[in-house]
Amino acid sequence: MTPRARLVLFLAAAVVIGAVFTLACLQLPHFGTQTHPYADRAVAATMRQRTANTVSSVNFDQRAFDTLGEESILFAAVLGAVGLLRRTSDERRTRPPLGPVLPSTRLFGALMLPVTLLTGVYIAGHGQLSPGGGFQGGVVLATGVHLTYLAADYRVLDRLRHRELLDRTDALAAGGYAVLGLLGLAVGAAYLQNVLHLGTFNQLTSGGLVPVINAAVGVEVGAGIIVLLAHFLDQTEEFTAGRGAGVSVAAAPGGGAS
Amino acid sequence: MSVFPFLVAGWILLVGLYGMVTSRNLIQAIGCLAVAQCSTYVLLLAVGYRRGGTAPVYSDIPTHSKVVDPVVQALALTDVVVGATVTALLLGLVLQLNKRHGTIDPDALTGLRG
Repeated sequence: MTPRARLVLFLAAAVVIGAVFTLACLQLPHFGTQTHPYADRAVAATMRQRTANTVSSVNFDQRAFDTLGEESILFAAVLGAVGLLRRTSDERRTRPPLGPVLPSTRLFGALMLPVTLLTGVYIAGHGQLSPGGGFQGGVVLATGVHLTYLAADYRVLDRLRHRELLDRTDALAAGGYAVLGLLGLAVGAAYLQNVLHLGTFNQLTSGGLVPVINAAVGVEVGAGIIVLLAHFLDQTEEFTAGRGAGVSVAAAPGGGAS
Repeated sequence: MSVFPFLVAGWILLVGLYGMVTSRNLIQAIGCLAVAQCSTYVLLLAVGYRRGGTAPVYSDIPTHSKVVDPVVQALALTDVVVGATVTALLLGLVLQLNKRHGTIDPDALTGLRG
Protein backbone atom coordinates (compact mmCIF):
# COMPACT_ATOMS: atom_id res chain seq x y z
CA MET A 1 0.00 0.00 0.00
CA THR A 2 1.39 3.40 -0.95
CA PRO A 3 1.83 5.98 1.82
CA ARG A 4 -0.79 8.13 0.13
CA ALA A 5 -3.41 5.38 0.04
CA ARG A 6 -2.66 4.60 3.67
CA LEU A 7 -3.12 8.25 4.63
CA VAL A 8 -6.46 8.46 2.79
CA LEU A 9 -7.63 5.27 4.50
CA PHE A 10 -6.56 6.66 7.87
CA LEU A 11 -8.30 10.01 7.33
CA ALA A 12 -11.53 8.21 6.40
CA ALA A 13 -11.25 6.10 9.54
CA ALA A 14 -10.34 9.15 11.63
CA VAL A 15 -13.50 10.97 10.56
CA VAL A 16 -15.61 7.99 11.63
CA ILE A 17 -13.74 7.57 14.92
CA GLY A 18 -13.97 11.31 15.61
CA ALA A 19 -17.69 11.47 14.88
CA VAL A 20 -18.60 8.40 16.94
CA PHE A 21 -16.33 9.46 19.80
CA THR A 22 -17.89 12.93 19.89
CA LEU A 23 -21.39 11.41 19.90
CA ALA A 24 -20.39 9.15 22.77
CA CYS A 25 -18.88 12.06 24.72
CA LEU A 26 -22.11 14.08 24.39
CA GLN A 27 -23.93 11.26 26.23
CA LEU A 28 -21.41 11.08 29.08
CA PRO A 29 -22.20 12.64 32.45
CA HIS A 30 -20.94 16.22 32.08
CA PHE A 31 -17.37 17.13 33.01
CA GLY A 32 -16.89 17.78 36.73
CA THR A 33 -20.14 16.08 37.71
CA GLN A 34 -20.80 15.62 41.42
CA THR A 35 -22.20 12.11 40.94
CA HIS A 36 -19.39 9.57 41.28
CA PRO A 37 -20.88 6.40 42.77
CA TYR A 38 -17.65 4.40 42.50
CA ALA A 39 -15.65 7.22 44.10
CA ASP A 40 -18.04 7.37 47.06
CA ARG A 41 -17.79 3.61 47.60
CA ALA A 42 -14.00 3.62 47.23
CA VAL A 43 -13.67 6.46 49.75
CA ALA A 44 -15.97 4.69 52.22
CA ALA A 45 -13.88 1.53 51.86
CA THR A 46 -10.60 3.39 52.29
CA MET A 47 -11.88 4.92 55.54
CA ARG A 48 -12.90 1.47 56.73
CA GLN A 49 -9.44 0.12 55.88
CA ARG A 50 -7.71 3.15 57.46
CA THR A 51 -5.62 3.91 54.38
CA ALA A 52 -5.16 7.68 53.93
CA ASN A 53 -4.20 7.45 50.24
CA THR A 54 -7.36 6.31 48.50
CA VAL A 55 -5.56 5.52 45.25
CA SER A 56 -3.23 3.11 47.08
CA SER A 57 -6.20 1.58 48.84
CA VAL A 58 -7.93 1.00 45.49
CA ASN A 59 -4.78 -0.44 43.91
CA PHE A 60 -3.38 -2.57 46.69
CA ASP A 61 -6.44 -3.46 48.75
CA GLN A 62 -9.75 -3.13 46.93
CA ARG A 63 -8.34 -4.14 43.55
CA ALA A 64 -5.20 -5.94 44.79
CA PHE A 65 -5.89 -8.92 42.55
CA ASP A 66 -5.92 -6.69 39.45
CA THR A 67 -2.67 -5.10 40.52
CA LEU A 68 -1.14 -8.57 40.78
CA GLY A 69 -1.90 -8.92 37.07
CA GLU A 70 -0.46 -5.48 36.36
CA GLU A 71 2.71 -6.36 38.22
CA SER A 72 2.94 -9.62 36.27
CA ILE A 73 2.71 -7.64 33.02
CA LEU A 74 5.71 -5.61 34.14
CA PHE A 75 7.59 -8.78 35.06
CA ALA A 76 6.74 -10.42 31.74
CA ALA A 77 7.84 -7.31 29.82
CA VAL A 78 11.19 -7.26 31.62
CA LEU A 79 11.58 -10.97 30.84
CA GLY A 80 10.69 -10.38 27.18
CA ALA A 81 13.07 -7.44 26.82
CA VAL A 82 15.90 -9.41 28.44
CA GLY A 83 15.28 -12.20 25.93
CA LEU A 84 15.18 -9.79 23.00
CA LEU A 85 18.27 -7.83 24.01
CA ARG A 86 20.64 -10.67 24.86
CA ARG A 87 24.01 -10.78 23.15
CA THR A 88 23.88 -12.44 19.75
CA SER A 89 26.61 -14.69 18.43
CA ASP A 90 28.04 -12.04 16.11
CA GLU A 91 28.51 -9.47 18.88
CA ARG A 92 31.49 -9.11 21.16
CA ARG A 93 31.51 -7.74 24.68
CA THR A 94 34.04 -4.95 25.02
CA ARG A 95 35.00 -2.77 27.94
CA PRO A 96 33.25 0.56 27.54
CA PRO A 97 35.69 3.47 27.14
CA LEU A 98 36.04 6.04 29.90
CA GLY A 99 34.30 9.29 29.11
CA PRO A 100 35.29 12.71 30.41
CA VAL A 101 33.08 13.96 33.27
CA LEU A 102 32.95 17.54 34.49
CA PRO A 103 33.97 17.88 38.18
CA SER A 104 30.74 19.75 38.87
CA THR A 105 28.70 16.88 37.39
CA ARG A 106 30.65 14.43 39.52
CA LEU A 107 30.00 16.45 42.68
CA PHE A 108 26.32 16.90 41.87
CA GLY A 109 25.94 13.17 41.21
CA ALA A 110 27.69 12.23 44.45
CA LEU A 111 25.45 14.61 46.42
CA MET A 112 22.21 13.67 44.70
CA LEU A 113 22.63 9.88 44.68
CA PRO A 114 21.84 9.34 48.40
CA VAL A 115 19.08 11.98 48.28
CA THR A 116 17.46 10.31 45.26
CA LEU A 117 17.65 6.83 46.76
CA LEU A 118 16.18 8.08 50.04
CA THR A 119 13.39 9.82 48.12
CA GLY A 120 12.65 6.55 46.33
CA VAL A 121 12.41 4.64 49.59
CA TYR A 122 10.27 7.42 51.09
CA ILE A 123 7.85 7.43 48.16
CA ALA A 124 7.53 3.64 48.17
CA GLY A 125 7.27 3.48 51.98
CA HIS A 126 4.65 6.21 52.32
CA GLY A 127 2.44 4.87 49.54
CA GLN A 128 -0.43 4.26 51.96
CA LEU A 129 -0.29 7.86 53.28
CA SER A 130 0.83 10.28 50.57
CA PRO A 131 0.81 10.22 46.76
CA GLY A 132 3.22 7.54 45.59
CA GLY A 133 3.67 3.84 46.22
CA GLY A 134 5.66 0.88 45.05
CA PHE A 135 5.48 1.60 41.32
CA GLN A 136 6.52 5.26 41.58
CA GLY A 137 9.11 4.68 44.32
CA GLY A 138 10.60 1.75 42.41
CA VAL A 139 11.10 3.87 39.31
CA VAL A 140 12.74 6.65 41.37
CA LEU A 141 15.09 4.09 42.96
CA ALA A 142 15.99 2.50 39.64
CA THR A 143 16.67 5.76 37.84
CA GLY A 144 18.52 7.14 40.88
CA VAL A 145 21.10 4.37 40.58
CA HIS A 146 21.83 5.59 37.05
CA LEU A 147 23.13 8.89 38.42
CA THR A 148 26.42 7.01 38.79
CA TYR A 149 26.41 6.53 35.02
CA LEU A 150 26.06 10.27 34.46
CA ALA A 151 28.38 11.40 37.26
CA ALA A 152 31.04 8.71 36.98
CA ASP A 153 31.07 6.19 34.16
CA TYR A 154 29.55 2.95 33.02
CA ARG A 155 31.95 0.73 34.97
CA VAL A 156 30.95 2.29 38.28
CA LEU A 157 27.29 1.70 37.45
CA ASP A 158 28.11 -1.88 36.49
CA ARG A 159 29.81 -2.48 39.84
CA LEU A 160 26.87 -0.96 41.70
CA ARG A 161 24.24 -3.20 40.11
CA HIS A 162 24.81 -6.87 40.62
CA ARG A 163 23.03 -8.36 37.61
CA GLU A 164 22.35 -11.82 38.91
CA LEU A 165 21.26 -10.58 42.32
CA LEU A 166 18.87 -8.08 40.71
CA ASP A 167 17.44 -10.75 38.40
CA ARG A 168 16.67 -12.93 41.40
CA THR A 169 15.37 -10.02 43.49
CA ASP A 170 13.01 -9.09 40.68
CA ALA A 171 11.63 -12.62 40.42
CA LEU A 172 11.38 -13.08 44.19
CA ALA A 173 9.57 -9.77 44.72
CA ALA A 174 7.16 -10.54 41.87
CA GLY A 175 6.45 -13.93 43.41
CA GLY A 176 6.32 -12.35 46.87
CA TYR A 177 3.20 -10.39 45.90
CA ALA A 178 1.44 -13.59 44.89
CA VAL A 179 2.54 -15.29 48.12
CA LEU A 180 1.30 -12.35 50.25
CA GLY A 181 -2.17 -13.09 48.94
CA LEU A 182 -2.02 -16.49 50.61
CA LEU A 183 -2.10 -14.73 54.00
CA GLY A 184 -5.79 -14.17 53.42
CA LEU A 185 -6.37 -17.86 52.64
CA ALA A 186 -4.38 -18.89 55.73
CA VAL A 187 -6.83 -17.14 58.07
CA GLY A 188 -9.88 -18.32 56.14
CA ALA A 189 -10.54 -15.12 54.16
CA ALA A 190 -10.30 -14.47 50.40
CA TYR A 191 -7.08 -14.41 48.36
CA LEU A 192 -5.29 -11.03 48.77
CA GLN A 193 -7.89 -9.87 51.31
CA ASN A 194 -6.47 -7.30 53.72
CA VAL A 195 -6.33 -9.38 56.89
CA LEU A 196 -3.40 -7.70 58.67
CA HIS A 197 -3.91 -5.36 61.61
CA LEU A 198 -5.12 -2.06 60.13
CA GLY A 199 -3.37 0.25 62.62
CA THR A 200 -4.21 3.92 63.20
CA PHE A 201 -5.44 6.10 60.36
CA ASN A 202 -2.70 8.30 58.84
CA GLN A 203 0.18 6.50 60.60
CA LEU A 204 3.09 4.82 58.81
CA THR A 205 1.90 1.39 59.96
CA SER A 206 -1.73 1.88 58.86
CA GLY A 207 -3.44 0.14 55.98
CA GLY A 208 -2.65 -3.46 56.94
CA LEU A 209 -1.44 -5.30 53.85
CA VAL A 210 -1.10 -2.13 51.70
CA PRO A 211 2.41 -1.05 52.84
CA VAL A 212 3.66 -4.66 52.66
CA ILE A 213 2.47 -5.10 49.07
CA ASN A 214 3.84 -1.64 48.27
CA ALA A 215 7.27 -2.71 49.49
CA ALA A 216 7.18 -5.89 47.39
CA VAL A 217 6.10 -3.93 44.32
CA GLY A 218 8.74 -1.26 44.99
CA VAL A 219 11.51 -3.87 45.08
CA GLU A 220 10.16 -5.61 41.99
CA VAL A 221 9.79 -2.42 39.95
CA GLY A 222 13.16 -1.08 41.09
CA ALA A 223 15.03 -4.28 40.26
CA GLY A 224 13.05 -4.79 37.04
CA ILE A 225 13.73 -1.31 35.67
CA ILE A 226 17.46 -1.55 36.51
CA VAL A 227 17.66 -4.89 34.69
CA LEU A 228 15.70 -3.48 31.76
CA LEU A 229 17.89 -0.38 31.46
CA ALA A 230 21.02 -2.50 31.91
CA HIS A 231 20.17 -4.51 28.81
CA PHE A 232 19.44 -1.38 26.77
CA LEU A 233 22.66 0.28 27.95
CA ASP A 234 24.64 -2.87 27.09
CA GLN A 235 23.55 -2.48 23.50
CA THR A 236 25.32 0.85 23.16
CA GLU A 237 28.04 0.62 25.79
CA GLU A 238 29.39 -2.90 25.71
CA PHE A 239 28.37 -4.75 22.57
CA THR A 240 30.17 -4.13 19.35
CA ALA A 241 28.58 -5.78 16.38
CA GLY A 242 30.60 -7.59 13.76
CA ARG A 243 30.86 -5.03 10.97
CA GLY A 244 27.41 -4.34 9.46
CA ALA A 245 25.81 -7.29 11.23
CA GLY A 246 22.29 -6.64 9.97
CA VAL A 247 23.37 -6.26 6.36
CA SER A 248 25.65 -9.28 6.35
CA VAL A 249 22.85 -11.50 7.66
CA ALA A 250 20.55 -10.16 4.96
CA ALA A 251 23.13 -10.83 2.26
CA ALA A 252 23.68 -14.42 3.35
CA PRO A 253 20.28 -15.93 4.20
CA GLY A 254 21.86 -19.22 5.26
CA GLY A 255 23.72 -17.48 8.06
CA GLY A 256 20.60 -15.95 9.55
CA ALA A 257 19.09 -19.23 10.67
CA SER A 258 19.86 -18.51 14.32
CA MET B 1 -18.16 23.35 26.86
CA SER B 2 -18.48 20.54 29.38
CA VAL B 3 -17.51 17.90 26.79
CA PHE B 4 -14.33 19.74 25.77
CA PRO B 5 -11.91 17.73 28.02
CA PHE B 6 -13.27 14.48 26.58
CA LEU B 7 -12.81 15.75 23.03
CA VAL B 8 -9.20 16.66 23.84
CA ALA B 9 -8.62 12.98 24.68
CA GLY B 10 -10.08 11.95 21.31
CA TRP B 11 -7.91 14.51 19.53
CA ILE B 12 -4.73 13.21 21.23
CA LEU B 13 -5.68 9.66 20.18
CA LEU B 14 -6.14 10.68 16.54
CA VAL B 15 -2.90 12.70 16.48
CA GLY B 16 -1.03 9.67 17.81
CA LEU B 17 -2.64 7.37 15.25
CA TYR B 18 -1.85 9.82 12.46
CA GLY B 19 1.78 9.78 13.54
CA MET B 20 1.87 5.99 13.52
CA VAL B 21 0.31 5.79 10.06
CA THR B 22 2.63 8.33 8.43
CA SER B 23 5.84 7.49 10.33
CA ARG B 24 8.85 6.32 8.35
CA ASN B 25 10.81 5.43 11.48
CA LEU B 26 9.80 2.74 13.94
CA ILE B 27 11.26 4.56 16.97
CA GLN B 28 9.11 7.54 16.06
CA ALA B 29 6.12 5.24 15.57
CA ILE B 30 6.59 3.91 19.12
CA GLY B 31 6.64 7.51 20.35
CA CYS B 32 3.36 8.06 18.50
CA LEU B 33 1.90 4.93 20.08
CA ALA B 34 2.81 6.38 23.49
CA VAL B 35 1.06 9.64 22.53
CA ALA B 36 -2.04 7.73 21.43
CA GLN B 37 -2.00 5.84 24.70
CA CYS B 38 -1.69 9.06 26.70
CA SER B 39 -5.16 10.01 25.47
CA THR B 40 -6.55 7.37 27.84
CA TYR B 41 -5.00 9.16 30.83
CA VAL B 42 -6.69 12.39 29.80
CA LEU B 43 -10.01 10.61 29.24
CA LEU B 44 -9.84 8.71 32.55
CA LEU B 45 -8.91 11.76 34.61
CA ALA B 46 -11.56 13.87 32.84
CA VAL B 47 -14.21 11.27 33.63
CA GLY B 48 -13.16 11.21 37.28
CA TYR B 49 -13.06 14.96 37.82
CA ARG B 50 -15.49 16.37 40.36
CA ARG B 51 -15.90 20.14 40.36
CA GLY B 52 -14.25 21.60 43.46
CA GLY B 53 -12.72 18.24 44.39
CA THR B 54 -9.18 17.81 45.61
CA ALA B 55 -6.72 14.88 45.43
CA PRO B 56 -8.11 11.72 47.07
CA VAL B 57 -5.38 11.59 49.71
CA TYR B 58 -6.62 12.13 53.25
CA SER B 59 -3.28 12.52 55.03
CA ASP B 60 -3.55 16.31 55.25
CA ILE B 61 -7.21 17.12 54.54
CA PRO B 62 -10.35 16.53 56.66
CA THR B 63 -11.91 13.10 56.11
CA HIS B 64 -15.16 14.57 54.76
CA SER B 65 -13.50 16.69 52.04
CA LYS B 66 -14.77 16.58 48.48
CA VAL B 67 -12.31 14.58 46.35
CA VAL B 68 -12.06 13.55 42.70
CA ASP B 69 -12.67 9.92 41.70
CA PRO B 70 -9.79 7.75 43.02
CA VAL B 71 -10.85 4.69 40.99
CA VAL B 72 -9.97 6.26 37.63
CA GLN B 73 -6.71 7.55 39.10
CA ALA B 74 -5.79 4.00 40.07
CA LEU B 75 -6.69 2.90 36.52
CA ALA B 76 -4.47 5.66 35.11
CA LEU B 77 -1.59 4.36 37.25
CA THR B 78 -2.10 0.87 35.81
CA ASP B 79 -2.21 2.43 32.37
CA VAL B 80 1.11 4.25 32.87
CA VAL B 81 2.86 1.07 34.03
CA VAL B 82 1.55 -1.01 31.15
CA GLY B 83 2.39 1.78 28.68
CA ALA B 84 5.99 1.97 29.90
CA THR B 85 6.48 -1.79 29.67
CA VAL B 86 4.97 -2.00 26.19
CA THR B 87 7.26 0.82 25.05
CA ALA B 88 10.32 -0.97 26.46
CA LEU B 89 9.37 -4.23 24.78
CA LEU B 90 8.72 -2.55 21.42
CA LEU B 91 12.03 -0.68 21.56
CA GLY B 92 13.75 -4.01 22.21
CA LEU B 93 12.03 -5.45 19.14
CA VAL B 94 13.13 -2.50 17.00
CA LEU B 95 16.73 -2.97 18.16
CA GLN B 96 16.63 -6.59 17.03
CA LEU B 97 14.95 -5.60 13.78
CA ASN B 98 17.73 -3.12 13.08
CA LYS B 99 20.36 -5.78 13.77
CA ARG B 100 18.73 -8.32 11.47
CA HIS B 101 17.59 -6.10 8.62
CA GLY B 102 19.70 -2.97 8.97
CA THR B 103 16.68 -0.65 8.79
CA ILE B 104 13.96 0.79 10.99
CA ASP B 105 11.81 2.10 8.16
CA PRO B 106 8.56 0.08 8.27
CA ASP B 107 8.09 0.48 4.50
CA ALA B 108 11.46 -1.10 3.84
CA LEU B 109 10.51 -4.19 5.83
CA THR B 110 8.64 -6.14 3.20
CA GLY B 111 8.49 -9.87 2.88
CA LEU B 112 9.45 -12.58 5.33
CA ARG B 113 13.02 -13.54 5.94
CA GLY B 114 14.24 -16.62 7.77
